[in-house]
Amino acid sequence: MYLAIVLLPLLGAILGAVIALAGARARFPGAEPSDDHHAPHADHGAHAAQAHADGGQDDHHGPVEPAAAGSRATEIITTSLLMIACVLAWIAFWKVGFGHQDERVRLFTWMISADLKVDWALRIDTLTAVMLVVVTTVSALVHLYSIGYMAEDPYRPRFFAYLSLFTFAMLALVTADNLAQMFFGWEGVGLASYLLIGFWYHKPEANAAAIKAFVVNRVGDFGFALGIFGVFMMTSSIDFDTIFAAAPSLTGKTIDFFGWRADALTLICLLLFMGAMGKSAQFLLHTWLPDAMEGPTPVSALIHAATMVTAGVFMVARLSPLFELAPNAAAFVTLIGATTAFFAATVGLVQNDIKRIVAYSTCSQLGYMFVAMGVGAYSVGMFHLFTHAFFKALLFLGSGSVIMAMHHEQDIRNMGGLRKKIPFTYWCMVIGTLALTGFPLTAGYFSKDAIIEAAYSGRNPFAIYAFVMTVIAAFMTAFYSWRLIYKTFHGAPHDQRHYDAAHESPLVILIPLGVLAVGSLGAGFAFKEFFAGHEVEHFFRESLKQGHIIDEMHHVPFIVAWLPTVMLALGWGLAAYMYLLHPEIAPRLARQHDALYRFLLNKWYVDELYNLIFVRPALWFGRVFWKGGDGYIIDGFGPDGVSARVLDITRNIVRLQTGYLYHYAFAMLIGAAALITWFMFSGAGVH
Amino acid sequence: MNAVPLSSMTQVLPEIVLAIGGMALLMFGAYRDRVDNAVCVLSVLLLAAAGVTVTIIPNGNVFGTSFILDDYARFLKILAYLGSAFAIVMSLNYQTLEKQRTFEYPILILLSTVGMGMLISAGDLIALYLGLELMSLALYVVAASNRDSLQSTEAGLKYFVLGALSSGMLLYGCSLIYGFTGNVSFNGIAKASSQGGLGLIFGLVFLFAGFCFKVSAVPFHMWTPDVYEGAPTPVTAFFAAAPKIAAMAIFARATISAFPGITHQWQQIVVFVSIASMALGAFAAIGQTNIKRLMAYSSIGHMGFALVGLAAGTPEGVQGVLVYMSIYLAMTVGTFAVILSMRRSEGMVEKISDLSGLSRSNPGLAFFLALLLFSLAGIPPLAGFFAKYYVFLGAMKAGLYGLAVIGVLASVVGAYYYLLIVKIMYFDEPAKDFNPVPGELKAVLGVAGLFNLLYFVYPAPLIGAAGIAAKSLF
Repeated sequence: MYLAIVLLPLLGAILGAVIALAGARARFPGAEPSDDHHAPHADHGAHAAQAHADGGQDDHHGPVEPAAAGSRATEIITTSLLMIACVLAWIAFWKVGFGHQDERVRLFTWMISADLKVDWALRIDTLTAVMLVVVTTVSALVHLYSIGYMAEDPYRPRFFAYLSLFTFAMLALVTADNLAQMFFGWEGVGLASYLLIGFWYHKPEANAAAIKAFVVNRVGDFGFALGIFGVFMMTSSIDFDTIFAAAPSLTGKTIDFFGWRADALTLICLLLFMGAMGKSAQFLLHTWLPDAMEGPTPVSALIHAATMVTAGVFMVARLSPLFELAPNAAAFVTLIGATTAFFAATVGLVQNDIKRIVAYSTCSQLGYMFVAMGVGAYSVGMFHLFTHAFFKALLFLGSGSVIMAMHHEQDIRNMGGLRKKIPFTYWCMVIGTLALTGFPLTAGYFSKDAIIEAAYSGRNPFAIYAFVMTVIAAFMTAFYSWRLIYKTFHGAPHDQRHYDAAHESPLVILIPLGVLAVGSLGAGFAFKEFFAGHEVEHFFRESLKQGHIIDEMHHVPFIVAWLPTVMLALGWGLAAYMYLLHPEIAPRLARQHDALYRFLLNKWYVDELYNLIFVRPALWFGRVFWKGGDGYIIDGFGPDGVSARVLDITRNIVRLQTGYLYHYAFAMLIGAAALITWFMFSGAGVH
Repeated sequence: MNAVPLSSMTQVLPEIVLAIGGMALLMFGAYRDRVDNAVCVLSVLLLAAAGVTVTIIPNGNVFGTSFILDDYARFLKILAYLGSAFAIVMSLNYQTLEKQRTFEYPILILLSTVGMGMLISAGDLIALYLGLELMSLALYVVAASNRDSLQSTEAGLKYFVLGALSSGMLLYGCSLIYGFTGNVSFNGIAKASSQGGLGLIFGLVFLFAGFCFKVSAVPFHMWTPDVYEGAPTPVTAFFAAAPKIAAMAIFARATISAFPGITHQWQQIVVFVSIASMALGAFAAIGQTNIKRLMAYSSIGHMGFALVGLAAGTPEGVQGVLVYMSIYLAMTVGTFAVILSMRRSEGMVEKISDLSGLSRSNPGLAFFLALLLFSLAGIPPLAGFFAKYYVFLGAMKAGLYGLAVIGVLASVVGAYYYLLIVKIMYFDEPAKDFNPVPGELKAVLGVAGLFNLLYFVYPAPLIGAAGIAAKSLF
């Protein structure tokens, strides 16, 4: 069964790929596709006019291209395979989580090299089961949603193949039994993410975003890989069971790292966390996530909200026995998590692109999860991961529905009043927002409050910092989330033409929204005891390290427990005041605090800073080595220089050949005279 | 002076055959009322007869030691006869088409060949000068044989004037040598020259100037490009092969047998001339657009390589020179067969760019030319590689490492212009097609090409013969 969960998406991906390739071959016999009219949004204005006629049914690309052959078949195959996997995953969740049947399915030996022995095995415990459920559920819903959202795209087989490939890689990651296997999945999701962000490869921004995501993730992966090497160096194994068994004996050991004797466990955990920072878009390595919104919206929902970006959180949870032994590293995790939660929330306050707001919100919520991980409340972090998957996927898919309704308009300044046009989407978005902002009894309420309580009762040096940051972030979350809702759905329409054309999405899109809305409302209440309550130890058992923090957080002062809800109320109220009642306040504020506004609008200038620190110097270095090193020195003094000198010599020698007889005769006499002179003065002839 | 009995003149038989045959053919041609290939064919037959004769007659000296027939002379005479014969064969079609048919042309070549024979066999300075002038006089005439062409006339005149100058220098050198040693025979000079002396060295320098002019080594090479370009192409083909062989033969013989006592001194001259020739041949050829001019610089370079072997001054070195000259003959003759095939309906063409895209218009010709060019560049496993290998080996064994290294570097630079032609033939857009290649050129090209291609399969006979020939000098 577990094997089926992992392999069914792979099967879907392969079948989809075959169909996509066959279709491409049939469509472009012997030639690359070169369809210029494929550039999305290029013919926006003209195209929008037509959109009214067909009731706003619209595609992303421009009008005429026919769908690839087998599109429908691919959709049905991949989606139904995912549905089956999803059902199986819930069964597995039941068996493992509540039936306590942990399993380890050893498939085959992957590689053996001296001491290194890597098996391919599925490690099925509660932690894995939670991830299986999250991944397959969201993925199945996104597949279904994509049938509607991508309906007009001519390259659906490719899209669905990518989606299934991603799902397979993610499942391989979460079922990993050793670090190598996890790294395989890690890189697999990175690849799929790259492919999906750049799915509309005719868009330069999409390509740039895809490359950025890939490159930034390489930075993190470099740390991850070093961490794996470090683990292997210290324990001679990368197998989880062996590592965890050996971990306690490693405390106090050191590694020589650039001549600096670092505590082994701290160093390893920091390096591994670096990988998590890249994948989970934590502060400093977060820059790729907002740009990744260039990909199709279902992709954003699946990869950049619900699943892949949580891989870092999952990794820390999986390696919790290591992090538990490295308090300094854990404190660092807390610091980064809290900073990210705060930073992303501030940026989210002023963004105008509907998907970017949700993206920064994701970034911020991931920060919350790491705060929980850092203070040792691993199950709480997983809880937020679990609930967040529902409401963030809901928000993304809802945004997608809005975007479709608005004919690919993503700027919330151009929206407004959509409540009446797309009521179902509106209510789903409201539910998602309620859950995200932690409205009592929704999913987010339980998990987010638990994190804030855990931060309050945490013992590491940054716990209080994390508490303050997360509380402030909760306020800002409420503000920007409701700002989004008000600007999009309330008030007067800003773009009458789009408004008139707006339409509710088809059923395949509304069903996933509905399912996720139910999850957003109920997932917290249903599972709170297992993730953050008294059942935690029964539920997670050996799969997570559990400290006393769960008990302690139940004894926080009353005011702390209710603080997030107060923050929600304040943020909500402020948003309602500024955007619902007095819409003229916001622009005035922005004008009054221009510097601050720009600072936030430009995302703390992190991109610009990186551009200055890394990108430009790298390009400069590249140019120096290219022009100066290779071009001037190597080519100049090597091949080019030598050949140029040869030609110079040639030119001069050829010039000697004047054609005049007396020159020739002169040369002969000079030659003879030179030789004689040589012998006269070298004394060679004298004995 | 006593008359030499005819019976003791067996060793001169090849020269007698050629000289008398040549004069007979002159009569035959003069009294024949139509102009055709008969004289040419008979000339080739005469050369063949001379070749057969030289292989069967025993070794020996005639006129004292003035005329020597040894293994060395035999080897080089056969090469020279081959060169002359090929030159005549290759001229057949050219003369017909260019309306330049003169029956004197093959006869002049025959007479020049007689001079070569004398030169190769020369055992003293008098015989040397006699042979050299006999060879050269005919060459001056054939260089200008196309009297209606300004270029050809200019080439003949330049060659003649500079040749006269070089002869003068050579004679001056001979007189100095005679003055300081009291001898004209090589053996006598060898005995008398062991104590050296600046006067003798002066004589040596002037003598070498004459030799270098004939082999067109730097700095006595200046005539070569102009004459190669100006002379009718079959004449150029002849110049590039047979006279070079004869001149190189006497160069080696005179140095080795007359000046063994001052090896160190003449070695310096040869090393200098060799390096200068290799370098100039490599560098100057790059700038050429005319393929005949390019072949002139190529031959200057090749003479430089051959002189590397001579510089060694050892039997191995001389063996290297002989192998080099043999293979050089094959490469040059083959290449000129291609150059003579560069004919369009409007006439001969000589530009390198005319070869562009030859691989598509005439793949066979392109293949053979590419093969020969690779061989000229010295790329294994073609014959040209082994030619260079043996001279460098000789130089290394004699301790002349610097010379060998410079030689290899020069051959790298030289490879550029050979390969450039290959590139032009194979990768550039085709120019206009050439006319069909005449049969005799195909035959020459085939023989030369296959020799270069297959030499490495069975190199022993040539190496062995060259080894025996080289030993007879020491």
